[in-house]
Amino acid sequence: MFGLELSFIWAGLIALSVLIYVILDGFDLGVGLLFPLSKDEEERNLMMNSVAPIWDGNETWLVLGGGGLFAVFPLAYATIMPALYMPIILMLLGLVFRGVAFEYRWRTTRWKGLWDISFFGGSFVAAFCQGIALGALVQGIEIENRAYAGGWWDWLTPFSILTGVAVTMGYAMLGATWLNMKLEGRIQTHMRRLAWPFAIATVVFMGIFSIWTPFLDGEYYARWFAFPTAIFTFLVPALVAVAIYGLFHGLRRHWDVTPFLCALALFVLGFIGIGISFYPHIVPPSLTIAEAAAPDSSLKFALVGTLVLLPMILSYTAYTYWVFRGKINPAEGYH
Amino acid sequence: MLDGFSAEVLARVQFAFTISFHIIFPAFSIGLASFLAVLNALWLWTKDDTYQVLFDYWKKIFAVAFGMGVVSGIVMSYQFGTNWAVFSDKAGPVIGPLMAYEVLSAFFLEAGFLGIMLFGLKRVGPGLHMFATAMVAFGTLLSATWILSVNSWMQTPAGYGINEVGQYIPLDWWKIVFNPSFPYRLLHMVLAAYLTTALVVGAVGAWHLLKDNKGPASQRMFSMAMWMLLFVTPLQIAAGDFHGINTLEHQPAKVMAMEGHFESHPDGAPLILFGIPNQAEKRVDYAIEVPKLSSLILKHDLNAPLAGLDTIPDEDEPPVAIVFFSFRVMVGLGFAMLGLGLWGAIARWRGKLHATPMLHRAAILMGPMGFVAVLAGWITTEVGRQPFTIYGLLRTSDSLAPVGAPAVAASLTAFIIVYFFVFGAGVYYILRLMGKRPKVGASDDITDGPIRAAGTTQVAHEGHKNQRPAE
Repeated sequence: MFGLELSFIWAGLIALSVLIYVILDGFDLGVGLLFPLSKDEEERNLMMNSVAPIWDGNETWLVLGGGGLFAVFPLAYATIMPALYMPIILMLLGLVFRGVAFEYRWRTTRWKGLWDISFFGGSFVAAFCQGIALGALVQGIEIENRAYAGGWWDWLTPFSILTGVAVTMGYAMLGATWLNMKLEGRIQTHMRRLAWPFAIATVVFMGIFSIWTPFLDGEYYARWFAFPTAIFTFLVPALVAVAIYGLFHGLRRHWDVTPFLCALALFVLGFIGIGISFYPHIVPPSLTIAEAAAPDSSLKFALVGTLVLLPMILSYTAYTYWVFRGKINPAEGYH
Repeated sequence: MLDGFSAEVLARVQFAFTISFHIIFPAFSIGLASFLAVLNALWLWTKDDTYQVLFDYWKKIFAVAFGMGVVSGIVMSYQFGTNWAVFSDKAGPVIGPLMAYEVLSAFFLEAGFLGIMLFGLKRVGPGLHMFATAMVAFGTLLSATWILSVNSWMQTPAGYGINEVGQYIPLDWWKIVFNPSFPYRLLHMVLAAYLTTALVVGAVGAWHLLKDNKGPASQRMFSMAMWMLLFVTPLQIAAGDFHGINTLEHQPAKVMAMEGHFESHPDGAPLILFGIPNQAEKRVDYAIEVPKLSSLILKHDLNAPLAGLDTIPDEDEPPVAIVFFSFRVMVGLGFAMLGLGLWGAIARWRGKLHATPMLHRAAILMGPMGFVAVLAGWITTEVGRQPFTIYGLLRTSDSLAPVGAPAVAASLTAFIIVYFFVFGAGVYYILRLMGKRPKVGASDDITDGPIRAAGTTQVAHEGHKNQRPAE
């Protein structure tokens, strides 16, 4: 009984670290996505500087998501990774290209353009593949005898392409609202203008996703249209509506912070919605949280450390953000 | 290009390739992080500006190397699942939590404080900046501790049981973390990282001394590197000896392959200095041997009996030639480092440390050899563990993910192209940074660092020239 509870605590913690990853790396991947739309060198420099001190902390949450899954749900890790082989490998290669661009583009003048392309291309591939991976997971993964039983192209479907585009649009929206918050003057105006189309696209794709998902699988349908879980069917969309209102209202009024927070809220709500669909599965439709969990002794050992370390991580991460808070002043630089 | 290879061979090549590329960066950044913390502390303590110049100089190189380490490390954390799914399912309950601890205790610490260390001095002041620098160094060491515990458990598993679905389950975490080979491996690797960094720092110092950049910064870094080599190389050789004796106790087949002992020697085994192992015929061709020396080294007794590979079933033997040669490369380089350290000490004693061009050339030649030695050492221990992923428990051929050979071949090709291109460029940029002269109030140009607003920083820079390490 206790083991069951432990595995659910862990499912919550893994979900939390994936969520933190999505919203944090979401905006810095989004900055990469907006790179080709920037007007000039100064704009690109400032865009990159707004995330330079924090990006690798953000990506560490992805390592925690993977490492955590390996630690406490090894069976889920061992089946999801082969099932999503191509998108995962492509995402990793994308992250390689964009990660090194942060340093490389300052080390060369001749090849700077190349690393700008690599920053955009890497961000785009990573974002799109994350969306595809999400779609493929929502659609379900075939498992037999503790192993992935499908083919290596199963992840590629119209639905997963839709989620790929949706996540890419969403990240671009996060990036644009982040830059709207961090920058000033003409560049802020440009970013705010860019936020509009991406925000509209995000809302539209979230809508299509929400309507499509319940019809993928009988269980999802039951979850969303049967009492008592149907309460969420009203609650989540209602909160989404509030976030959308805040987002566009904030953009229209030229507010700095509200649009970014509302964009984050949209992601959080979308994530909660997916969580409601999944529960109690960790790999739908084959594997439940309890089935995939490692033995109690693994869960307990890892939990002790996590309960001590996670608050510390959150506090010094918050501290770093606080140190680099406020608008980036082009005349001051960051030093 | 990769047709005809099995998924197992391709997956092994892929893991070997990605981990070999990855280990180069931690091997450098573990040492460099500690070096930076020492430089920063010495600067705060002595107020000698040379330390500040050196901190700024190596900080930029560290940033590039660390970035490459981060992205190649993210790949590793997913590689277990994509290519080694059965291994992940079975070993996850034991080694997964250790890797989670690595992420929680080390990666976040490094990533969290790196930004402040690189960009934050002016924002947080010298005290907190020193703290951040120390935390980054501590994080790299902590990371090494956890990941070496994982690797050591795969070499010398302990404290585990097996459940009804065939997973290895933890019974005693203390025994798992402090498994028999862990302390030796950790010490050996951390010292290797320090030596690797010392060789690189020494080579860069030597380069500038040869180029007639005889400023205090060039001299100081060369001198510090030579002190490091002099003291750490003997420690490393001793640590390696202890590690070998530990391996003999727990993984005898690996030591037999390292030594090239196909036959048992009941009264004192010879040390084969060189030869060509012939695994099919079970002998070493063209062997040059020193009688009884192997027994002396491994058992500290000239006449101690040593068993050979004839006591191991053929299907449990590692590939002898790879282990045999890589081990010799590592040991040979270890003694070359010792020689360089002693040469440096003699030159220093004669007051000519900064005026011995031959020594400086030798130091440049040895600059990359730490990396070669680290790779050779890892090849020895990892190939020596074959044909098992978890020694004696789980065979490599039974660890594989259900992914077809074409998929593995495609991803392997992509990794090879991307890694050579991306990390090749990174190494080129690092070499170019190393080619620049360390100087006070380093350049204000765009190649200085990522946190810069082009064209508009000049004025701001003038304002805080005295707070250079803020950068």
